[in-house]
Amino acid sequence: MNLFLQHALTGISVGGCYALIAIGYTLVYGILRLINFAHGDIFMVAGYFMIFSFAVMPFPVAIIVTLVATTVLGIMIEKFAYAPLRSAPRMSVMISAIGVSYLLQNLATYLFTALPKAYPAIPGLKKVITIGNISTSLVTILTPIITIVLVMILLWLVNKTKIGLSMRAVSRDYEAASLMGIKLNKTISFTFAVGSLLAAVGSILYFTDRMTVQPFSGALPGLKCFVAAVFGGIGSIPGALLGGFFIGVCETIIKAVGLSTFSDAFTFIVLIIMLLIRPTGLFGEKNIDKV
Amino acid sequence: MLKINYKEKINVNLLIYLAIIIVSSAILIYLDMNKFQYNYAISIIEKSLVYAVVALSMNIVTGFTGLFSLGQAGFMALGAYTTAILTIPVASRANVYYMNGILPVLENAVLPIPIALIIGGIVAAIFAALIGIPVLRLKSDYLAIATLGFSEIIRAVIASPMMDKITNGSYGLKSIPGFNSSLECFIYSLICIVIMILIINSSTGRDFKAIREDEIAARAVGIDLFKTKELSFVVSSFFTGVGGGLLAMFMRSIDSKTFQITLTYDILLIVVLGGIGSITGSIIGAFFVTAGKELLRFFDEPFAVAGVDIPLFRPGFRMVIFSILLMIVVLFFRKGLLGGNELTIRHLKKFRRKKNLDVAGGAV
Repeated sequence: MNLFLQHALTGISVGGCYALIAIGYTLVYGILRLINFAHGDIFMVAGYFMIFSFAVMPFPVAIIVTLVATTVLGIMIEKFAYAPLRSAPRMSVMISAIGVSYLLQNLATYLFTALPKAYPAIPGLKKVITIGNISTSLVTILTPIITIVLVMILLWLVNKTKIGLSMRAVSRDYEAASLMGIKLNKTISFTFAVGSLLAAVGSILYFTDRMTVQPFSGALPGLKCFVAAVFGGIGSIPGALLGGFFIGVCETIIKAVGLSTFSDAFTFIVLIIMLLIRPTGLFGEKNIDKV
Repeated sequence: MLKINYKEKINVNLLIYLAIIIVSSAILIYLDMNKFQYNYAISIIEKSLVYAVVALSMNIVTGFTGLFSLGQAGFMALGAYTTAILTIPVASRANVYYMNGILPVLENAVLPIPIALIIGGIVAAIFAALIGIPVLRLKSDYLAIATLGFSEIIRAVIASPMMDKITNGSYGLKSIPGFNSSLECFIYSLICIVIMILIINSSTGRDFKAIREDEIAARAVGIDLFKTKELSFVVSSFFTGVGGGLLAMFMRSIDSKTFQITLTYDILLIVVLGGIGSITGSIIGAFFVTAGKELLRFFDEPFAVAGVDIPLFRPGFRMVIFSILLMIVVLFFRKGLLGGNELTIRHLKKFRRKKNLDVAGGAV
């Protein structure tokens, strides 16, 4: 029982990080109908930002610098790699996204070498806490709480503010939205900023637990989080949250049972089953193709 | 343009292609005779040929049928492992499987290389047929992610401890017989490429293109969407499997890490650079990318101007330049080197005259 609780807690914690990244996918897909293949790599680069800023500044400043730098990176990627292709076929934009991912990975390999770099320990986060018979670090408990709080803020942002209104309008029909006077580019930039910011938070929580970063450590989590977003219904924020937790918990259970070779494969099996049974995900809206 | 003598045109092109093939074989024979001198060139050419086969097979499904599939690495893995298992000499098997032993059935199963390659292709095609049934119902980006997922599943299964006696698990396979000469590699690739070109230009190939242009219109003229998509996927995977087998022969040793997503991305890069939906584009792209990666190798070496080391030049710089090149192509030369056109004599002539002949499309 204790062991089960322990694993469940780890799973929920990993799931929280996944959820934060999955939201980035969901937001971007909702607006641009684009799988942002580079999102996982933005998450990885955020890890490096933290390592380098932590080396020269006190940690609260380093965290802020990391968040800001990642957000700027996300906006820049959109401006340079996706904005020029706005009227191009979807396949070109997707290839561009793969290209950005390729570029970020190679750039990271070049600048920081392929060897894993140690992630700084943020004071206090790794403190061991004992509840009953379970002992765990603070970050494991903190992750799901931070995730849920951020999701609440995001939901408020999307549903109650003016920029949220324009995000929803653009995702519904971006031609009509721009005819109504919504600034398309501004809204899209804002979406990327929010997505990258959440990825940066996820990155800090995720790597504090993992302790090393390497140029390819974003690729697989990125794909998994996309699966999480699809599972919950792409375009839906609560869906991404639920999907993230689901994938995280299942993965931890599979690893605990001793089938860790298959933990990555499992994620994709989930994806394929979901796409076959309910292509729109748990909370997705039905999309009808018109002739 | 009242009358075009199609027969004559085709014959001229065919003659030119034959001439290119003969000249290239002559060059390869010369290189083979001076093997030690041109070792490096031979290995680049062999790698390019293998990549040309895989890139063209990806182009069948992505460029000609309009299905964005990212499962190449997985199908290559199937082909490569099948070929390797069936061709590793019996004498060295005990040595290869020293950790876990080999399945008794496979202990003495050795086949000639061409047959092993074909079986590798068939294994990949069978898996593609099975995967295709659920996956091909999905649309564009979902299809990409699902095929990518299957490719990862195949890799995970190959590397898993349950497959130890067949695939040697995470230790990989070595002592795979390589090409005796670059000419051998050329012949295998040429056969694959010619068959693929014939398929693309057949009536089935036209069905593929119809689906790419407009699925609903294609269905309206009586093309069975699912059957045709499945056929395209299976044919493409067959040749990807054969290409994987050729890659195994080129590399002489493989493990499951060879077939990661990056391999698919490399092939996608070739297809995009050459032009999505262009046969000659894929072939030229394969040589361009493979040779380019080797030529840019000097970026990875320390480089000094007037005795001062330029700090930019160190390992990894080459790949950065390569990815930037890819981004430039994607953003500014959206159609790649050739767009959807083919490099034919007619095009070269047109290019030389620089006349604005208003001919729609190319001689696909």
